[in-house]
Amino acid sequence: MSAFVQANLPYLLAGISVGGQYALIAIGYTMVYGILRLINFAHGDVFMVAGLVMVYASASMPMYLSIPLVLIATVALGFTIERVAYKPLRSAPRMSVMISAIGVSYLLQNCALYFTGGLAQMYPTIPWLSNSVTIGGATTKMVTIVTPILTVALVFALVLFIQKTKIGMAMRAVSRDFETSQLMGIKINSVISMTFVIGCFLAAVGSLLYFTNYPSVIPTSGAMPGLKAFVAAVFGGIGSIPGAVIGAFLIGICENIIKGLGSNWTIFSDAFTFVLLIIVLLVKPTGIFGEKATDKV
Amino acid sequence: MKKVFALVLAVVMVMALAVPAFADDTITIGVFEPLSGDNGAGGKQETLGIQYANTVAPTVEVNGTTYNVELEIVDNESSTDKAVSAATQLVAAGSSVVLGTYGSAVAIAGSDTFGEAGIPVIGVTCTNPQVTEGNDHYFRICFLDPFQGTVQANFAHDELGATKAYCLGQLGNDYDQGLINYYTQAAEALGMEVVTESFPEGNSDFTSYLTNAKNAGAEVIFAPTSISYAQLIVEQAAAQGIDVPITAPDTWDSNVVMAAVQGTDLQVYCTTFYAEGGDPEFEEGFKAYLNGDSNALANNGGNDMIAAVSVMGYDAYFTALEAIKAAGSADPADIMAALPATTYTGVSGAIAFDDIGDAIRDSAFIKQANTETGVWDFVAAQTVAE
Amino acid sequence: MEKTLRKDPAKKIGSAIAICLIAALYILLFLLDNVLPANGFTLMLIPVLKKGAIYSLICVSMNLLNGFTGLFSLGQAGFLLVGAYAYAIFAIPADQHPAVYQYFDGGAIGFSIPEALGKLLGENAGAFLGSIICIIIAGLVAAGFAALIGIPVLRLKSDYLAIATLGFAEIIRAIFQWNSLGPVTNGSNMLRKYTSLSAIKIGSVKLATVFPFLIAMVCIGLIVLLINSSYGRAFKAIRDDEIAAEAMGISLFKHKMLSFVISSFFAGVGGALLAMYQTTIQASAFKSAMTYEILLIVVIGGIGSISGSCIASFLYIACNEWWLRFLDSGSFFGISVPFFRDGFRKVVFSVLIMVIVLFFSRGIMGDKELSFAGLVRKLSGKKAAQAAEGGDGK
Repeated sequence: MSAFVQANLPYLLAGISVGGQYALIAIGYTMVYGILRLINFAHGDVFMVAGLVMVYASASMPMYLSIPLVLIATVALGFTIERVAYKPLRSAPRMSVMISAIGVSYLLQNCALYFTGGLAQMYPTIPWLSNSVTIGGATTKMVTIVTPILTVALVFALVLFIQKTKIGMAMRAVSRDFETSQLMGIKINSVISMTFVIGCFLAAVGSLLYFTNYPSVIPTSGAMPGLKAFVAAVFGGIGSIPGAVIGAFLIGICENIIKGLGSNWTIFSDAFTFVLLIIVLLVKPTGIFGEKATDKV
Repeated sequence: MKKVFALVLAVVMVMALAVPAFADDTITIGVFEPLSGDNGAGGKQETLGIQYANTVAPTVEVNGTTYNVELEIVDNESSTDKAVSAATQLVAAGSSVVLGTYGSAVAIAGSDTFGEAGIPVIGVTCTNPQVTEGNDHYFRICFLDPFQGTVQANFAHDELGATKAYCLGQLGNDYDQGLINYYTQAAEALGMEVVTESFPEGNSDFTSYLTNAKNAGAEVIFAPTSISYAQLIVEQAAAQGIDVPITAPDTWDSNVVMAAVQGTDLQVYCTTFYAEGGDPEFEEGFKAYLNGDSNALANNGGNDMIAAVSVMGYDAYFTALEAIKAAGSADPADIMAALPATTYTGVSGAIAFDDIGDAIRDSAFIKQANTETGVWDFVAAQTVAE
Repeated sequence: MEKTLRKDPAKKIGSAIAICLIAALYILLFLLDNVLPANGFTLMLIPVLKKGAIYSLICVSMNLLNGFTGLFSLGQAGFLLVGAYAYAIFAIPADQHPAVYQYFDGGAIGFSIPEALGKLLGENAGAFLGSIICIIIAGLVAAGFAALIGIPVLRLKSDYLAIATLGFAEIIRAIFQWNSLGPVTNGSNMLRKYTSLSAIKIGSVKLATVFPFLIAMVCIGLIVLLINSSYGRAFKAIRDDEIAAEAMGISLFKHKMLSFVISSFFAGVGGALLAMYQTTIQASAFKSAMTYEILLIVVIGGIGSISGSCIASFLYIACNEWWLRFLDSGSFFGISVPFFRDGFRKVVFSVLIMVIVLFFSRGIMGDKELSFAGLVRKLSGKKAAQAAEGGDGK
């Protein structure tokens, strides 16, 4: 039995760790979608840019300065993207906004390509987080253990924020009914900006954890985690924060179990995520924690 | 606003049409390399070698006349669907001979364009047999995949004493899959057991694959991946405490991979075209060149370690010059006719072509990453008895 | 009676101009292939024109779905891949199989349609007919995949449809790269050496550039006919208001499926043409980035405008692969500009796209069509008189 555990624990650990990182990205998707009904395709690339900022920041300043800088820069980026690329299109058809999101994603990737010259950038080692630890005979990085704890703590804080504060209440109102809440005097633009700020902050934290685990940043680093996080958000029920988190953990774990199944299955580990998405959309379109029937199907 | 847009477009068009006129005393050598995309890192290092060679020998003397050699560098974006137009760009620029490319798939995709234009190409590090097979215009100066796969398998069997190997390659990458195929053939002929797995593109989590290798009881891991995945594999293998040797082909011979290996307990070996220390004079010059140009240094990954692909790029340039001299003209057809008989002793060894247009090479260098000093240590020069 | 009389001259002149222009285009293409000297300009012009024509077809096929039926699908790269592979698999001559399927013992197919027909009809005719058959097979296989995928996916709406089709394209790519299917798809390795229409010569006359134009034009013509038929009107009704369309008695699922399958058929044909143009194909090139590229061309041209998609395709391909390359070269008219280095072209390009998306969201043509009759009217000052009729290009 212990041999079995020892052989399979690494898959589970990897799954939980990557699941936590997907969760932090998925929250950004689910909040933006809840309010704007927009799949923010650029979110994964914001996550990648956060990684790059860290690479460049840590080269010139100590860690206790560069980490806050990454958080601030990412939040500023998210805020700017919303103001420049999404706000002018608020009354445009949904397809236009989504195309704008794809355009932003393309722009961020190309800028990253230009600045890095296409070379994979080595992510700096964050002291303590990068240390190796051994659990039950499986060796892994400290970040694997920190991720789920930090994720749950952040989600708890976020839920409190949304339930207890005034702006949180405004967010809930806007996601319930965009027009009516506007009529009720809610400053819609500041609510939307706040959503992007929170989403990008969590994506920046996610990038710190993710790239500590997988320390190589390339311009397309954000694409796959971004898509998977979106699937996680749908899986959990879009608009629901606990749903997104649970969805992300499930996807992370399933993906790693599939990789462990053997050579004929490993190549379908990404495909699995999409199959799951389609099944969820067809069978239970509101996701596991979806609040009400929406117009998905 | 629309008028402004139209005007800008018109200006751009006019500029594109104003193709710079070439003076008569200039020979153009085309450089067909990926400067972006998956193979951007390797392509840049290869281009650096060619650019350095151009600074060393900016002119060539043909029949008593001295010609300036000009490089025309075009980015093929590591992509087979951009290869045709990139190759045409080089043809249109009037290249006499073309060097490149890093990555066999793009080389094959661009090959027909050069073939139709009758321009000879010297492949620098494209190792797939299909590149030169069945055509007259593609030559190459590096060894081939079947050779490298066999070298790797022999090394794992003879030197590392492994009986079970685990191969990990990228799905959809013909380089990875091709090498794994030849490795498996050679290893099974030696009585080894081979387990093969592929990871999807864009994957960054290798812990599960490495756990699979461990659980399968592999005694050596063979990972013919591109540089960016190599970095991740090394990092995660170190975190997981993988204690079996990791062997890799020429792609891993890079300072980017070295940076990841440094400070870990891993045993990483790679086969390559050139072992550092082989030609001190070249190395000194190349390092001075890199350090003198911040852009070049950045393209080399931020430090002045010499990648084997740069050496190959350097040799390819001089092989091309030899061919031009032998042909006695800058006409592509003459150069193509002269190339099969061209020989040149370069930094990476003697270069001569066989009937197919491949380099006659019978040895590869095996290097081990020194985890303390952060350099590649020479282990052995491995040959294959046919 | 009077009305038709009034309308006729402009329309007649318009069609005459259009026919003349098309004839001139084909004469130019023919000259490019055979007569014109190969200098820097004509050499670059040929691949850009070829790829532009192929992309026109691909973009129009996407426009049929996104612009005319209002189905936001992001699966185009998947159908291109299916089409390209279906074409290549059936068009590789038997004696090339061992070389192409080098890791799979010559593969499982072992025959080639152009070659088989070549034995019956003579080499040239066989290659021509065989290639055409392979192109149709490519379209049909892509359409078949679309029909299968459409059953579950078309029940989804807007963004969900987009993400599900994107997912399916990724799944298709993984399947085609799967080693177990290697004897047919060659796994991760490229397919090459297949017969191509570009290689066909009549005597010493080359038609390499004419063929892609001809096929793309026929296909786009078919799509235009479809859009102007009652089916096309049903598509547009669905785009404008699904509920109203359903209330009018239009079967939503049937028409969405029809649009999806037809669009995929032409995407498959486009894939086959792309395979011919590239001379080699590899599944790894058909990423979601390719779909985004196509989508952006459609947006630049104007969602819902066929002529817009065509114009934008040529402009996009020419800018991306030709005109803007100087941005990467490190110098500008001989003056060294340090920030003009690799990748700068793409940054400029993506900024340009964002500008179009944000400030010219209707694209080059909006949802109008290029109409020579309209142009003639404008020029002859009859615009005011005809204003009530609007553009009649469709």
